[in-house]
Amino acid sequence: MAVALWSLAVLVPLGFLAVFFAWPVAGLVGRGFVADGAFSLDGVRSVLSAPRTWRIIGQTLGQAVAGTVVAVLLGIPGAYLLYRCRFPGRALLRAVVSVPFVLPTVVVGVAFRSLFAAQGPLGGLGLDETFAAIVVALVFFNYSVIVRTVGALWSRLDPRAAEAAQLLGASPLRVFLTVTLPAIAPAVLSGASLVFLFCASAFGIVMVMGGVRFSTIETEIWYQTTQLLDLPAAAALSIVQLVVVVAALVIAGRARTRAEHALRLRGDATAEQPWRWRRDLLPTLITASVVVGLLGVPMVHLVVRSFVTADGWGWRNYELLATTGSGSLAVPVWTAAANSLVIAAQASAIAVLLGVLVSLVASRRPRSTGLAIGVRALDAAFMLPLGVSAVTVGFGFLITLNRPPLDLRTSPILIPIAQAIVALPLVVRTLLPVLRAIDPRQREAAAMLGAGQGRVLATIDGALALRGLGLAIGFAFATSLGEFGATSFLSRPEHPTLPTVVFRLIGRPGADNFGMAMAASVVLAVLTAAVMAAAELVRPKEAEL
Amino acid sequence: MRGLGVSGAVVRYGELVAVDAVDLAVEPGEIVALLGASGSGKSSLLRGIAGLEPLAAGSIGWDGRDVSGVPVYARGFGMMFQDGQLFNHLSVEGNIAYGLYREPRARRGVRVAELLDVVGLPGYGKRRVDELSGGQAQRVALARSLAPRPRLLLLDEPLSALDRNLREHLVGVLGDALRTTGTTAIYVTHDQDEAFALADRVGVMADGRLLQLDAPEMLWRRPASREVAEFLGYEPFIAPGLAARLGRVRAAEGELVAIGPAGLVAASGGVVVPIEEQRHQRGEVLIDVRLPDGQLATVRSAEKVAGEGLGVALDPTGCAVVPG
Repeated sequence: MAVALWSLAVLVPLGFLAVFFAWPVAGLVGRGFVADGAFSLDGVRSVLSAPRTWRIIGQTLGQAVAGTVVAVLLGIPGAYLLYRCRFPGRALLRAVVSVPFVLPTVVVGVAFRSLFAAQGPLGGLGLDETFAAIVVALVFFNYSVIVRTVGALWSRLDPRAAEAAQLLGASPLRVFLTVTLPAIAPAVLSGASLVFLFCASAFGIVMVMGGVRFSTIETEIWYQTTQLLDLPAAAALSIVQLVVVVAALVIAGRARTRAEHALRLRGDATAEQPWRWRRDLLPTLITASVVVGLLGVPMVHLVVRSFVTADGWGWRNYELLATTGSGSLAVPVWTAAANSLVIAAQASAIAVLLGVLVSLVASRRPRSTGLAIGVRALDAAFMLPLGVSAVTVGFGFLITLNRPPLDLRTSPILIPIAQAIVALPLVVRTLLPVLRAIDPRQREAAAMLGAGQGRVLATIDGALALRGLGLAIGFAFATSLGEFGATSFLSRPEHPTLPTVVFRLIGRPGADNFGMAMAASVVLAVLTAAVMAAAELVRPKEAEL
Repeated sequence: MRGLGVSGAVVRYGELVAVDAVDLAVEPGEIVALLGASGSGKSSLLRGIAGLEPLAAGSIGWDGRDVSGVPVYARGFGMMFQDGQLFNHLSVEGNIAYGLYREPRARRGVRVAELLDVVGLPGYGKRRVDELSGGQAQRVALARSLAPRPRLLLLDEPLSALDRNLREHLVGVLGDALRTTGTTAIYVTHDQDEAFALADRVGVMADGRLLQLDAPEMLWRRPASREVAEFLGYEPFIAPGLAARLGRVRAAEGELVAIGPAGLVAASGGVVVPIEEQRHQRGEVLIDVRLPDGQLATVRSAEKVAGEGLGVALDPTGCAVVPG
């Protein structure tokens, strides 16, 4: 009985992953190796020998490295200030910092684009459609990832090692470089590889901000498949993307293992200290500049710009959301917003249900070595969608799920399924750490009190997983609200989501269309931020993201 | 056979043999303490009895019936963990009632109140467990493990995380609670004061083997081996010839005389030996002397003594004879 139930808990999510992730991705990649009905490397070879391909790979890596380095340099002082120091208003500041990460990429792209546009407030900088502008937007997004991963570790770091170094005569700088930095290095590495991953697979931002001059592997896959219909080229690029991503995931995994093993942490006790003027001035200045300049300006600008109309300030852009924008869209924007909410609810339901099953299984510690390896493999398998481009998933759906045995092309369930695949890793990374943090002796104690497997699962695992469930639902909902990569393939004009509508509006000429894009972006941002704000209220301290 | 019967139990962690063919019988109502240094296998034996570790060989029986194949939750054994392992997401009441879910709700409340009385925490039911002090948390853990009336309670160093004064107090609470509820128990500890204060019989474990199992005074008087005597605090060990010179302690050839903490006393007519060092401990003076065979021994005295030598003699009631 128990064995049958556990098998079901493994097979249902695995089956879902196989049908809706592995098969479409393999289907797409497979096309790259087929020419005239036979196996061939010609397509891949010609892509890899094209100078354009290497320019794009170079651009992708270049912007990812630059985005990561800047995010780390700015994020470390931020982590120190927000997690190591105690001061009034810290909780609010932490919330503000965490908003950008969940904002839809299209919204962020639109905000920065209108900021840097020639007639925009920062047009004088000449950053429109430049490498620097894209990097700034990437840092905007990922700053909180570094602050959170590094901060979470830093706040629990035993301060006595640094105190010992001070008593041995080390200056504050020397203490930081020789004691603190090596101690937080695993978290920095782990956070940096995540950021690198997000930067290297950025799609929405580059689509909106890159213009014709900038592309990444991800946008190129989109371009090759939808514009040129060159599947072998797209498949070859997907493989390149996969290599980059797996390398980043391996580094992240190693760093995480080291982080969990080698540190002297202070259990639950925090190592926080009250804010002190002289000691903390520099990190405070840096963080204040980031929060105001990098995070605040684009968000405020977006809101302000959404109220600018042809005849002065007003609500006109928001009123236009009830229209189709003089025929730019097939349906009014509010209809798209309603679609988005329904789809996000469906996607979250799927992602959370599967995520709970995967997390329950992956949090077991079986005695047998074979089963233990199986559990680790399961954990890794459900991280893959984080790395494989959403564009690949979306296009894979189109070409594999369009004929028997599974013809879902016209089915409205396709978009929620694709979004659930994208959200699933985030759900698992939220729930799994909570379940893994349960001392196995808690389950033993319950068993010694007469609780069978089912009752242990319900009263110990279940009760504690509930604490992570709110955040998991929030992540799933916000991710799917803002999902653009896969959705851009699957949504049809008569049944669009909010991000696809924003993207369509921004590509259309006319002040009204641009104004509507701004207003729709604000609506999308407010929806996502509201969902995440509610989810953050119930954040468990073990969550990784 | 009534009660617990462990025969030939072996617990392995990979290559490491933590419990090496242990036999143990505990009668209903009896409290057995298992003493041993850390790594001696005493906790592993306890986990094996509970079913938390699989036995590599041997069997666990209750009232003559083999329970080795019975899952942990159905054995009817309880366990109190070293660090309590209270469920933080439940109140004190919720923790104690956790094992009572098969009973009707009204009976549960009565039983919880009853147990809070037994452990001396009446009225604590609604408290959150993370607000309790270390000693209170362990009392709640005791109440929780007693609540389902386990036929055998396994206690895994339940007091070792507490400070000395609290420990001495709680040993009394524990002993009373176990006796008033008539609970059969195995109590694992590395503190022999706890073991001797609580148990009907005390066992000493080392390297996964049960070296000796006896009533406290028998264990103290007649340690079965030098290893057991050393663990109990006997030192040094002297040859029968020297023992005869120092006092009226008789041992056969091939045996050794173990000198306990009070086994060597100052005596004006005794053998004079050189003093090495004198130091204070808890209101007494400990005088280290060099015995004629070169070994150090300690004499307790009310105050420091003058001079470089001291007359000493063996007190037979503080010494034991062990095989050499």
